[in-house]
Amino acid sequence: MFLLIYTVFFLFPAFSLQQHSCGAESEKWQGIDESVVKKFAKEHGREAKEPLINTDQGDLLLFVFLLAGTIGGFVGGYYWRMLAEQKQDKSADGTGNGHGNIH
Amino acid sequence: MKVLHSKSAVQGLYLLVVTTSCIVLTVCEAHAMHISEGILPLNWAALWFVVAAPFVAAGLQRLKKLSAIDLSFKPLVGLMAAVVFIISCMPIPVPSAGTCSHPCGTGMSGILLGPTISVLIAAVALLIQALFLAHGGLSTMGADIVSMGVMGSFAGYLTFKALRFMKVNLSIAGFMAGLLADWATYITTSAELASGIRGDSAFVPLFWKILIAFIPTQLPLGILEGAMTAGMVVLLYKKRPDLLVKMRVLKPEEIAI
Repeated sequence: MFLLIYTVFFLFPAFSLQQHSCGAESEKWQGIDESVVKKFAKEHGREAKEPLINTDQGDLLLFVFLLAGTIGGFVGGYYWRMLAEQKQDKSADGTGNGHGNIH
Repeated sequence: MKVLHSKSAVQGLYLLVVTTSCIVLTVCEAHAMHISEGILPLNWAALWFVVAAPFVAAGLQRLKKLSAIDLSFKPLVGLMAAVVFIISCMPIPVPSAGTCSHPCGTGMSGILLGPTISVLIAAVALLIQALFLAHGGLSTMGADIVSMGVMGSFAGYLTFKALRFMKVNLSIAGFMAGLLADWATYITTSAELASGIRGDSAFVPLFWKILIAFIPTQLPLGILEGAMTAGMVVLLYKKRPDLLVKMRVLKPEEIAI
């Protein structure tokens, strides 16, 4: 088990990283779109263009990600609560489980 | 007492989701696997839109049909949409590689909602990310839908179904589905990228080169995605087994105690 974890998490990634990073400057915690997608695209003459709405400017990107994470978190929590409450309602009604499959 | 306990567990999960999203999303810059605007030539970008379109249309049709049959389906779709959106733009640092990437969440939604609705959810998440989060591109959205939506959802769904057919434990089947959904996504991204940017170069060596470059980050992240998928399936099994039966994730006799 230890060997499996060691191989999967350290040995194989380290080997692969060493294989693909020859000659490339590697920045810590770079996203793989920079370290892989854009790197290979650039090598083959393709460059990324600016997005239609460019929020990647200063701290604006942090703001939109924080906003998106908060909204997504609230929506997820809201629906999870709804799912859990449906179960309680069903228990209270005594209607029990399933009325046939959806599919 | 039991109700109170369950309510506080729900609230705890709710807070965990919000807090984790907020913290993790701001830890490092939002760069991940989605293919950025302008990377693929127009003809390739258009081809991937054509490939993705029937799956998105099938997802729309299925969602409409299922929502009309059962209203209790809606919260599960809402939950999965939020989960896929957050997960697929959540950069997670991978210490063994020193890079950041994200899981996809489509294996999980593929199992719980079926693969076509999962494709639709992925398409909506990718559209919002491309428009407002500078994450992926509009012209490359077709390619991103095919890799994350179509391949991720179908790989997760089919793996789960095959393993359950072989009577494999629910959590192991969930884990393997999440793992293979993640890896299938990145294998497809490698193929899309290699075919789009290769020019006069040979496809196969470039494909392997890109795939090997993804491995240090995506190998451990696939395992994380497997664990997340198994966790969600098991959590729903404990909280709403009836819903899993309705969605044909489980058979009625499997939840009868």
